[in-house]
Amino acid sequence: MTSLEIGRSNPTTSMRFKRLFLVSGTAGRYPPLLAAILILPLLLLLFFSFLYPVGRVLVGSLFDPGFTVENYIRIFTEPLYLKVLLRTLWIAFVTTAGAFILGYPVAYAMSRAGGKLTLWIAICVLVPLWTSVLVRSYAWIILLQRKGVINDILIGTGILDHPLKLIYTEGAVFLAMTHVLMPIMILPIYSSLRTIPKELPQAAANLGAGAFTTFLKITLPLSLPGVFAGTLMTFILALGFYVTPALVGGPQTLMMSTLIGQQTTVLLNWPFAGALAMLLLTVTLVLTFMFRRFLASSGGFGNV
Amino acid sequence: MKGENVTVRGVAKCYGSVTAVENVSVDVKPGEFLSLLGASGSGKTTLLMMIAGFELPSAGLIEIGATDVTHVAPNKRNVGMVFQRYALFPHMSVHNNVAFPLRMRRIDRAQIERRVGDALAMVQLDAFGNRMPSQLSGGQQQRVALARALVFEPPVLLMDEPLGALDKKLREQLQIEIKTLQQRLGVTVIYVTHDQEEALTMSDRIAVMGNGHIAQIGSPASLYSEPASPFVAEFIGKMNFLPVEYLGPSQSGQRIRVSDASTLSVTRSLNGHSQELSPGLLLQAAIRPENISLTARGSGGADAIAGTIETSIYLGTHQILLVNMDGRSGPPLHVQYPASHVVSTFARGDAVDIVFQTNAIHLFSGKGDSHD
Repeated sequence: MTSLEIGRSNPTTSMRFKRLFLVSGTAGRYPPLLAAILILPLLLLLFFSFLYPVGRVLVGSLFDPGFTVENYIRIFTEPLYLKVLLRTLWIAFVTTAGAFILGYPVAYAMSRAGGKLTLWIAICVLVPLWTSVLVRSYAWIILLQRKGVINDILIGTGILDHPLKLIYTEGAVFLAMTHVLMPIMILPIYSSLRTIPKELPQAAANLGAGAFTTFLKITLPLSLPGVFAGTLMTFILALGFYVTPALVGGPQTLMMSTLIGQQTTVLLNWPFAGALAMLLLTVTLVLTFMFRRFLASSGGFGNV
Repeated sequence: MKGENVTVRGVAKCYGSVTAVENVSVDVKPGEFLSLLGASGSGKTTLLMMIAGFELPSAGLIEIGATDVTHVAPNKRNVGMVFQRYALFPHMSVHNNVAFPLRMRRIDRAQIERRVGDALAMVQLDAFGNRMPSQLSGGQQQRVALARALVFEPPVLLMDEPLGALDKKLREQLQIEIKTLQQRLGVTVIYVTHDQEEALTMSDRIAVMGNGHIAQIGSPASLYSEPASPFVAEFIGKMNFLPVEYLGPSQSGQRIRVSDASTLSVTRSLNGHSQELSPGLLLQAAIRPENISLTARGSGGADAIAGTIETSIYLGTHQILLVNMDGRSGPPLHVQYPASHVVSTFARGDAVDIVFQTNAIHLFSGKGDSHD
């Protein structure tokens, strides 16, 4: 405080420098200019990699060259595009549900196992996460294709005569996307399970609750913040997933991002691709806000 | 609600090669308040966790009432438990926390309402039913935990350092509240603490634990006045220890040499061990600060030992004087006087006579190993 006052009455260069860069008014708060400088790289990144290109796409979808909403009208008048949007939502929903159902037990085991076992489970979760999505999707092709591992085994053991059609189906997309996105679901659930003090399940047991009731009444509700965070992230990532559905899905499983990819790279219809992208972005944002609303009303887990 | 007896027989718990509890046997009578007193790592909490059912004993038997519960799941034991960190369910209101054990027992709604109301009234929190635990202070949270542990009227209540996280004033207030409640309800309580004052205040009996076994069990008064080992003597209250040499029997008891210049006659025999006393044996003499008195140099009589005042500490209810015995190194003796007593005339450096109350000197064998 004293240095601030001195700085005001005698504004030498060094004092002004101090006030802007070094002296903080309250503990824990940066002086204004230093704060601006620290935040600048992030703002630049956000602007050049997100706001500017998205803005361009938006403008591109609305001017051709004069103002027009024709691209948007086309989306809503040709049933194909709405169908693709609904399918995208459906696939994202099934993927999220699958990742939750398969991922929760993994997260639970990870939080309970302790010691070496936790480490091993963590490795099994993290190594796929660190592996390229492309590699993981190709792995599913190797497993599922007509002459792939699964069909070879089924025919080799004589269970089947003809290979099953596994790849390029909706099922293959569900399977591969669930697998690819599961770590995104597991990690937040694990981190919220880990913060539950071990006394709480003990207290519940002591008060007469069996293992299942304890899970249902204590552990599950207390892990909900992690569940919500994982669900939201998985769902949003699934909505915009490109590589996996493009590789293991067929024409019947065309998703929004694949459609946008086709419009830009094959048909070179940038304005229409922009309109589709804006639609996807809008749907994602609306769903996110609805989700947050739901969380806020269901008991203060709004920090997702 | 009526207390049940708890019987622990030959219980041991090992974690790999580490023995946490070793062959412990205790009989807790119905309605008794028993404290397990010990430093951290003494095995007191492990023993409690085995009685609660969260740890399985490696050996031995635990009975509540007439039932062997050694292998019964925690949720089937019907014992109440209060945890150090309250362990209230943070996503439930105070009311729902207290109602939880009753709901688990499928008690009808009207009765739940009534009993939750009674339990909250019992801990003076009737008005707080709608609050969330995070909106309560530490003391209030622990009261809710107490209400929750008692609302289903368990015959046995286990408490794991329940007041450890609270400040001194609140702790003392809750000690008395818990004790009063326990006496009114007649519930058997097993109370884990590392605070000897707390154990002395609340318990009918105290089991002093060290290194995984019970060093001594008895009423607070008997532990204080008749400690079986230096470990117990040191744990309960303040005790001065002096290495002494045994000289032989005298007409009133045993004769010991305290320093080159002085010998004392002690009325008690050797505590704890039935070891043969032979002249020349090195022993430990132990005496409480309140059993030592100080007089001006030369007026202490034949058995007095010369000493010099080092410090005087005033503590309100009493006064502590640290005195060095002349011609002897080692820590100074603690001497305690009631504050009303006029000893303030003694100042640092004054020469005094130290007079031991010879029937209050305990003799222990050995050089002060803390365990038998």
